[in-house]
Amino acid sequence: MTAELRFIDAIHAGLQASLAADDAVVVIGEDVTYGGPFGATKGLADEFGRHRVRDTPISEATVMGMVTGAALTGLRPVVEVMFVDFITLAMDQLVNHAAKLHFMSGGQLRVPLTVRVQGGVRGRFGAHHSQSLESWFTHTPGLKVVAPAFPGDAKPLLAAAIANDNPVVYLEHRGLYWDKGPLHDDPVDGAVVRRPGTDVTVVSYSKMVHSALAAADRLADSGVEAEVIDLRWLAPLDTATVLESVAKTGRAVVAHEAVARGGLGAELAATIQREVFTELVAPVERVGAAFAPVAAAAALEDAFLPGVDEIERAAGSLMAFGPPPP
Amino acid sequence: MTPDLPEDQLVDLLRRMLVIRRFEESLIKLAGDFDIGHFHVYIGQESTGVPALAQLQEGDLAFTTHRNHGHLLARGTDPAAMVAEILGKATGTNNGKGGTLHIASPEHGFPTTSAVTGGCTPLATGAAFAFSRRKVDRVSVCLFGDGALEEGSYHESINIAALEALPVIYLCENNSLEALGQKANEYPSSTMAAAPLTDLAASFKVPTITVDGTDTGAVHGAMAEAIDRARSGGGPTFVEALTVRWPGNRPLWPQLATGVTDLTYAWDEGAIPQDHSKWHGAQDGVLRYTRELVTAGLVTTGDVLALDGEVSTQIEDAVQFALDSPYPDPESAFEGVYA
Repeated sequence: MTAELRFIDAIHAGLQASLAADDAVVVIGEDVTYGGPFGATKGLADEFGRHRVRDTPISEATVMGMVTGAALTGLRPVVEVMFVDFITLAMDQLVNHAAKLHFMSGGQLRVPLTVRVQGGVRGRFGAHHSQSLESWFTHTPGLKVVAPAFPGDAKPLLAAAIANDNPVVYLEHRGLYWDKGPLHDDPVDGAVVRRPGTDVTVVSYSKMVHSALAAADRLADSGVEAEVIDLRWLAPLDTATVLESVAKTGRAVVAHEAVARGGLGAELAATIQREVFTELVAPVERVGAAFAPVAAAAALEDAFLPGVDEIERAAGSLMAFGPPPP
Repeated sequence: MTPDLPEDQLVDLLRRMLVIRRFEESLIKLAGDFDIGHFHVYIGQESTGVPALAQLQEGDLAFTTHRNHGHLLARGTDPAAMVAEILGKATGTNNGKGGTLHIASPEHGFPTTSAVTGGCTPLATGAAFAFSRRKVDRVSVCLFGDGALEEGSYHESINIAALEALPVIYLCENNSLEALGQKANEYPSSTMAAAPLTDLAASFKVPTITVDGTDTGAVHGAMAEAIDRARSGGGPTFVEALTVRWPGNRPLWPQLATGVTDLTYAWDEGAIPQDHSKWHGAQDGVLRYTRELVTAGLVTTGDVLALDGEVSTQIEDAVQFALDSPYPDPESAFEGVYA
């Protein structure tokens, strides 16, 4: 039987493997020697030394620039930003420097940097600890963005991010940390079909993939077979896998926890309608959060968070369009 | 005063200063005919950048700011590739993708120029962090103007550098309008509540040195001390060089307000015109250093003029190379987004 690991432990294992494999890898961030708020880096300082696993002051702006400078100077840093909400403080260095240095230098520079950052709604944390800001990163030329949904992908995707010669934002959803799953050695390039189906394609990533799969189960009960795609990489986007599926089903729902307006779902919807317009039998539907900050109260947070119901409803509404599936 | 260096190196410092002066003057003249965007010249600060940076060793890194041309030239970046980059040519240092504000010359120890005020402070600190992790005795120099001290990144950076005893030198070229104290009883910096600016390093227990940025020997000595401290594991140093804002930098677009530099002013006071006499007579660090070399008998006036002739030809050739170079293929605008 394959060993099962919690998502958070898969990240730990990925960091451990990369530190062991390459002396240039350093892990740096606030409280990382202690293990970080959720234990991803626990024990790494003892195992690899405080020289390579290093705490920083609460200085996100400079730490992001520091690891960028270090990446230019022979290291392969993995920086942890405690909450994605705090990355606002580091955006100058991430967007103006790390993302652009390769291009701006005419290819003279490389920035092999991994930014580990967790976010999403989980635990009534309020508007400074619950956001999903991935479209800021996917909107930035030069950044790669990855958002694993399963423990089995978490480790190889982290290894891929660290091995990459570009700055990669590795997005972790706090709500997935305690999920268990088997590890695997399968390739993690591009998107993957998590559930095959013929009637409607649900495109998602990170924690929302689980909602999409649950919605697909419900849809199946009413005779609708949904195909669920887990994007894994948000930049670059594996549009081929998405378009192939939508060309087959003729219907698409794009679902994410981030605010819908201006989100990655809008980008995907535009791509789908442009590339497979003649195959579509219904408009592309988007599921995302309302255009509001995340409120803290349980009743308000629950109201804000889109999930299984919304995906089921969106997919169901598309079935009213066009010819019945063959 | 002249730096404590062998004679050939003293002359080499003058050569580097003249390269910068003639480069910037040529650029201002070119700007009238070419749409090269906003740019900043280093005229008036050569006597800081050259002695500060010429003593760096191969592998040492420096990160610079928008007033970058002089820094790059001080360490030997090819002026022809720089003019080409500024004119947007394919032969530029960055193949036209950077322009004046982002010139990168890693082989001369300049990974990048940041056009965000304070943008290079964390990068330079991070390079020093990498040197310390890799256990190599290289140093990193962070170059910035007094304005960068108004950004939060400076304070975060020097804190980390102090905590980690990183091999980094923060060289602040204070070129605020009255930097050399022309206005009585007022500290130069106009927009910081802190004065002197070295207080902003001393509070982090980082050693500081304040130096007259028009005094080549003093700058050389201050940087030698700071570099030695960094290389021997003693951690960061904050150097404040008090420089003069060249009249041609006012208001925002460089203009040859003081004319093309006439080096005879260094030894013939009578030739100095009434306009800007204070600049030519006392404030221009290049003329001051030339005067010091001639007075000390280290070079003759003929040597100086011959050297200037060589440099001027080099810069003329650099400009011609850039003018003759092709523009980049428009398709390349979309290439190289990712490594």
